[in-house]
Amino acid sequence: MKYELVAGLETHIELSTKTKIFCGCTTEFGSEPNTHCCPICTGMPGTLPKLNRAVVNFAIKAGLATHCEIAPVAKMDRKNYVYPDLPKAYQISEFDKPLCQNGYIELESGRRIRITRIHIEEDAGKLVHQRGDTYVDYNRGGVPLIEVVTEPDIRSIDEAREYVEKLQLIMKYIGVSDCKMQEGSLRCDVNVSVRPEGSEKLGTRAEIKNMNSFTFMTKAMQYEFDRQVDLVESGEQVVQETRRFDDATGTTEGMRSKEDAQDYRYFREPDLVSIVTTPEQVEELRGQLPELPDAKYARYVGEYGLPPADASLLVKYRRVAEFFDEAANGLQTPKTVANLILGQIFRRMPTDEEKEACNLLISAGMLRELALLLESGKMKMNLAKSTLDTMLDTGKPVGELVSEGDLAGVDEDALYKICAEMVAANPNAVADYRAGKEKAVKALIGGVMKATKGKADATQAEAILIELIHKA
Amino acid sequence: MSESGVRRMIAKLSRMLSEKQISCVELTKAYLDAIEKENNKLHAYITVTPETALNTARAVDARIAAGETLRPLEGIPMTLKDNLSTAGIETTCASKMLQGYRPIYDATVWKLLREQNAVLLGKTNMDEFAMGSSCETSYFGGSVNPHNTGHVAGGSSGGVASAVAGNLAAYGLGSDTGGSIRQPASFCGIVGLKPTYGAVSRYGLIAYASSLDQIGPITTCVEDAALVFDAIAQYDPMDSTSQGKQSSALPALQNDICGMKIGVPNEYFEGLSDEVTASMNEAMRAYESMGAQIVRFPLAPLKYALPVYYILACAEAASNLGRYDGIRYGYRAENYNTIHEMICKTRSEGFGKEVQRRILLGNYVLSSGYYEAYYRKAQNLRGAIVKGFDEAFASCDVVMAPTVPMTAFPCGRTHSDPTEDYLTDICTVPINIAGLPAVSVPCGFDGKGLPIGMQLIGPRFQEAQVLNAAYAFERETGEKSFQAVKMGVQI
Repeated sequence: MKYELVAGLETHIELSTKTKIFCGCTTEFGSEPNTHCCPICTGMPGTLPKLNRAVVNFAIKAGLATHCEIAPVAKMDRKNYVYPDLPKAYQISEFDKPLCQNGYIELESGRRIRITRIHIEEDAGKLVHQRGDTYVDYNRGGVPLIEVVTEPDIRSIDEAREYVEKLQLIMKYIGVSDCKMQEGSLRCDVNVSVRPEGSEKLGTRAEIKNMNSFTFMTKAMQYEFDRQVDLVESGEQVVQETRRFDDATGTTEGMRSKEDAQDYRYFREPDLVSIVTTPEQVEELRGQLPELPDAKYARYVGEYGLPPADASLLVKYRRVAEFFDEAANGLQTPKTVANLILGQIFRRMPTDEEKEACNLLISAGMLRELALLLESGKMKMNLAKSTLDTMLDTGKPVGELVSEGDLAGVDEDALYKICAEMVAANPNAVADYRAGKEKAVKALIGGVMKATKGKADATQAEAILIELIHKA
Repeated sequence: MSESGVRRMIAKLSRMLSEKQISCVELTKAYLDAIEKENNKLHAYITVTPETALNTARAVDARIAAGETLRPLEGIPMTLKDNLSTAGIETTCASKMLQGYRPIYDATVWKLLREQNAVLLGKTNMDEFAMGSSCETSYFGGSVNPHNTGHVAGGSSGGVASAVAGNLAAYGLGSDTGGSIRQPASFCGIVGLKPTYGAVSRYGLIAYASSLDQIGPITTCVEDAALVFDAIAQYDPMDSTSQGKQSSALPALQNDICGMKIGVPNEYFEGLSDEVTASMNEAMRAYESMGAQIVRFPLAPLKYALPVYYILACAEAASNLGRYDGIRYGYRAENYNTIHEMICKTRSEGFGKEVQRRILLGNYVLSSGYYEAYYRKAQNLRGAIVKGFDEAFASCDVVMAPTVPMTAFPCGRTHSDPTEDYLTDICTVPINIAGLPAVSVPCGFDGKGLPIGMQLIGPRFQEAQVLNAAYAFERETGEKSFQAVKMGVQI
């Protein structure tokens, strides 16, 4: 029998507000332990939380960008559990009245992964093990999180991956999180179950906690799928439980069953008043959203006529897409700009991080100037490419690098003369070409370009060269 | 301290200071000496802070010498309940768990008073984590009643009440979750005001039950309660539930109460001792003689108040007290092998019996399977109690009720059933559940000479009206309702 994987995801995303969710401490990552804390985020007796409205606004933006409904009145609850990194022995979260509900993210296939809810909560500190002792660092305590929960709509590991990537991209676009998995600012819990293909009934699920990389998530889901299929095939029951993924062995192991599940004794947080959001506030936040990846992609393919693969590549990096939009703004041939970015410029930023940062010496406006010259026919592609390289090296605008004379190109008579010299000087290449090796002409074109310092039009040169070879 | 029929302490001391009849250092030393002499009898103070007090006193004297006008509470020696956070000054909650704990920040109320140069004499005793009605659950031993040291001071703010009634402080701040200001004030024959929930910032009040806790003054007279209330009832951005006061109380005290409608809910007059009943009836007659009108009506939801209170308060307490794990501050058990064992031992050894009982109860009512039956039901009934009072205030201006059904009980009284002790709170807890302002004022004495107190309860943020009614009564009844104790600093 064939089995189908059914998965739902709970994704924790650290919000990049300047300050923590309930106090004025900075959310900066990577500082000396216990330097970003105060009486409030360390839960000193008598302190009270004070909700940072920026956190609410960030979460609402996340909700709007994923098609959620925004609750006019939400509230916060206490989730009680004891652990040394949780200084109040409860986490302030949202239990039954989350800020955002009923959204979705659409996959490339057109399938929608429904989002049940997005709620806000505080992060805990973390334990540091050193020389056999355990210490607690509360810097992360009180850093704002959103938890994005989906319905069990995911049907494959690839879909899970695509969903998380898309969620990540949207959050980066709207500027609410940097979503760095390696720094823990995005972590996933995956609920996995299996069922015979074609069945409508959901199987019993196991929850795998705290995946902080795509590799782990993929491995864990695959292992869990296989494990559950084996159980079902051999007539055994899948137990509802929480499991931990061990990256050393590539396996998952049970942490606690449903019966041992922690009882969080949720109740309303009496120290905070309801979170009220007016329709006007929602609209104001909606107005602040940038164009989202899906819309950008559609525009690049639909309006600009970019090949889907190129459009995807540009959309994948928010800063790159913004750079492209600015450079291509109002041009007849945005595709040319796209090609320059995907070619010359991407070559200078080989890693994802570099593309993410998109740190360039030139501005988008400078690329636009260059593109305008191309578009008007004043500059040929070859010269444009070499000029762009120089621009990227020096940060100088095209006007400083290329003179009017350069732009004039090479007039036809002069080009004829150079081509004739080239044919005369390279009898071997000419012979090769005549013998049917059409590629041999490329060497001659290269020579012409070199001689004209790239100013010649390569297509024109090729035509002349072939004409001359045939004549000779 | 009677001055043309009006009782006042703070204004009188303030005038003595500004007229240089006494220096602030002399006044402060008088109180410190009295504490030195009497505290071993009353156990009112857990920590005495002579250095802080005298430093402030010297600053006040310098301001007087420079001809500055004193602010209303400037230079007045006072005390804080030991659950109010004071930077650098030990704050124990009368628990072994927080013995030696020195906070790194000031509670908002203390910040407000400190900025006025209030002279802090020390931190006063209480039931452990404010859980109790006798002060006897204090890890350091309970405070006793200055009127009769064989009887309890009441609780949980027993130390403040004992200190103020015993003249070891001019006034103090307590906290009231289910009667913890009003009940000891009543037992000790003085005035205690529990403000409207949200009138005074809770920032820095070590939480017992967050949705019920309020800080308020314990004073020798109504005028002082108004003065202190006006000073501490300020909106505070550090407390999201804080709103500040609607109007100042002091200017309203002189208002004529003729025509005021005083509501008397029948349910409040069941199960009282005969002496308390007699005292209440006399108080009603006093009000009628001043032209007020007594309105009787039923307030049925009152009968749910006690269980509702103990369910909600314990639930919140269980959560609030989860943080005492021995990791960051306070007591830590000594012998343990695992972190889990450390936390368990720390909490078993650091918390007293009553605190442990309420934590267990609270976790029980919140646990899955019982939440609906207890916590949810209590929340719904809380709504009914709120509504009941709202309806009552449609037909009257203030509600009058006894503060406690009895007078201070003897020290060491123990019950095998703790719910018998909980009955002490039956008159006070409904007010916290409804979030209303209420003041307890002395209204007479029982046969043993122990004080009886009466509550005046108002609509939300109507402290001025409540204190106005209390002030009129105090002026009308004089020595019949209040007698100063002959100990401590005699002004």
